[in-house]
Amino acid sequence: MPAARSAKLEDLRAQVLALEQADRRPVGVLPFGVAPVDAALPGGGLTLGALHEVAGGGDDAVGGAAAALFAAGVVARLPGPVLWCITRPDLFAPALSQAGLEPDRVIYVEAGDEKALMACFEEGLRHRGLAGVVCETSRLSMTASRRLQLAAEASGVIGLAVRRWRRAAEAADFGQPTAAATRWRVSAEPSAPLPVPGIGRARWRIELMRCRGADAADFILDACDETGRLALPAELARRSASPTARRGRAAA
Amino acid sequence: MLTGRVGRRRVVTACNAAAAASGARIGMAATQAQALIPDLDLRDADPNGDADALDRLAVWAMRRYAPVCQADPPGGLAIDITGAAHLKGGETALLGDLTARLQRVGVRARAAVAPTYGAAHAVARFRRDLDVVGEFAIDAALAPLPLEALRLPAELPAALRRMGFERIGDLAHRPRAPLQLRFGAELGRRLDQAYGRAAEPLIPVEAPETPRVEQVFAEPIGAPETLARYAGVLAAALCGLLEARGLGVRRLDWLCHRVVNNRIEAVRVGLAGPVRDTRRLTRLLTDRIETIEPGFGIERMTLAASAAEPLDWRPAAGRLGEPAMPDVSGLIDTLSNRIGAERLYRLAPVESDVPERSMRKLAPLAAPTGKAWSPDWPRPARLFRRPEPIETLALLPDNPPTHFTWRGVRRRIRRADGPERIFGEWGRRDAEMWAVRDYFQVEDEAGERFWLFRAGDGEDAATGSQAWFIHGQFG
Repeated sequence: MPAARSAKLEDLRAQVLALEQADRRPVGVLPFGVAPVDAALPGGGLTLGALHEVAGGGDDAVGGAAAALFAAGVVARLPGPVLWCITRPDLFAPALSQAGLEPDRVIYVEAGDEKALMACFEEGLRHRGLAGVVCETSRLSMTASRRLQLAAEASGVIGLAVRRWRRAAEAADFGQPTAAATRWRVSAEPSAPLPVPGIGRARWRIELMRCRGADAADFILDACDETGRLALPAELARRSASPTARRGRAAA
Repeated sequence: MLTGRVGRRRVVTACNAAAAASGARIGMAATQAQALIPDLDLRDADPNGDADALDRLAVWAMRRYAPVCQADPPGGLAIDITGAAHLKGGETALLGDLTARLQRVGVRARAAVAPTYGAAHAVARFRRDLDVVGEFAIDAALAPLPLEALRLPAELPAALRRMGFERIGDLAHRPRAPLQLRFGAELGRRLDQAYGRAAEPLIPVEAPETPRVEQVFAEPIGAPETLARYAGVLAAALCGLLEARGLGVRRLDWLCHRVVNNRIEAVRVGLAGPVRDTRRLTRLLTDRIETIEPGFGIERMTLAASAAEPLDWRPAAGRLGEPAMPDVSGLIDTLSNRIGAERLYRLAPVESDVPERSMRKLAPLAAPTGKAWSPDWPRPARLFRRPEPIETLALLPDNPPTHFTWRGVRRRIRRADGPERIFGEWGRRDAEMWAVRDYFQVEDEAGERFWLFRAGDGEDAATGSQAWFIHGQFG
């Protein structure tokens, strides 16, 4: 592309961005601290006043264990209390604590049904004092997600929808479009063998399936440590910093 | 035994179980009772004192359960729990709580929930087997009851019985006109009230010291926007009143008196801490506007701080320049009024090795405990409510399984860690005296991690069945 046209395009992009962000609070981003992931995200990290979707891959679409820990790792690195909305009480709090989210910071909301759950999620996102709101839900419609996204933009609070379904077959719902800024899928990956019998740090395949203003990408990373940080696997860390695979541009 | 006057006779109005066993009856002449029982302790009845005590009980119930409560003499209490039962965990739970609390102060009470005041009155007094009457079950609940359950004038049940009417069911579906001609309008009115065909408003008991503001409308209002506006006006007036007294609201009762049939639509809002912020109170009230049925309009509105606590100004941050602590009490109030306060909680560690018991619930705004679970023992992100049995192949006593089958899927185990031995808590249950669980963290070929345990130590049958279970999923 010629340089002159490119500059014009950049100018237009900046204008559109300015229009889009006219009524938004200036919000920052939360970097993952892992160079290839941050490079794949616009702004160099997860946008704070926005809605993000996380789901488990494979069998974990039902359990959502890795997705919950991924979300815990994100909100653990932000200051302030966290609202965690659930309908099924099978989340085990010690695991969140081991992902860096202290028990004193988490307020659980057990909503009776999906409607109440969404209302609580939105109410939490509208409140400016929170570090973030996590909501475990199976359904997230376009309308609901747009409401949530607007609420998050207005308050600057990060919203994480952990998608989990009753049956693995329902996980096809994850292909439906929503207004979320990013969409992630976290699935288990065999961990590195230790020289002694035992289990090392868990390893995840983290797919950035959709991201507003950036390409899809996927990474293989070590799971959250006790401060909620992901890390490049030791044997990969010395290689050049680039996503392991790139796919076509996502619809944004 | 208590005596009082009925007309010119001195009669027994109340007696205890011992006196009743000796033959005393309520309504008996006092002299006759004295003749029956030697050394009888006769006291004068104090109907005014009784009424006062019942009113105090109604105020207590108003503070604890629902904004509209009325004394129902003799010896009864009517509570309008419309829209208030969920705060105590449902109707049955509310009844249990009510009777248990009265029991603790020595009052044996019987309570029932029904769609109408009349039906609840009858069921609570005359049916031991029924607690909660559904919307469409009034007829079934009332039909077998004696006529006294209808709150009729004293001589009417006997007169009806002479005509062959024994139960409410005999009367309920009779043509009304002949009955009315013979027995007067009262019978029909009471029947209609019990069956919900005629309105019967409760007159709410009021505690005199409660800060309260009122607005009377010349024209009845009904549109939600208008209700919301006046909720704001009343909230502002109430906050002014509270500021003068240095108080903050802990519980807010909003009563809307309907213009037709004098029904009261009540909204109760609870707060986690004392609040005197007009905007926040208005917001909590307008959240609940959809529960108000204005009918033909609302002519009077009352807003009362039925529970208030001292509230003083407080600095938001400990020192200048420090970031202020975010205040989430507003959010907690909104959510707990919407879904029930018991559904919002924090979890705090408990000293227990058994994973299911390692946490307890705290109120969301309780002081931070500063404690966390031990980081040394890995714990799964999902813990199943009850462990699910799995089929495994494992070497006894200490080796992890080589593979296992769960929910029809067979998984080969590539890596494993364990055992982490957890002993039963013999102090809690005798059955756990020797119980042992050996937990293993395992990873299958795909990299998914599970938390398995064997019930028993692999050698001694007294420690458990030696069967394998899956208890959780790691992320």
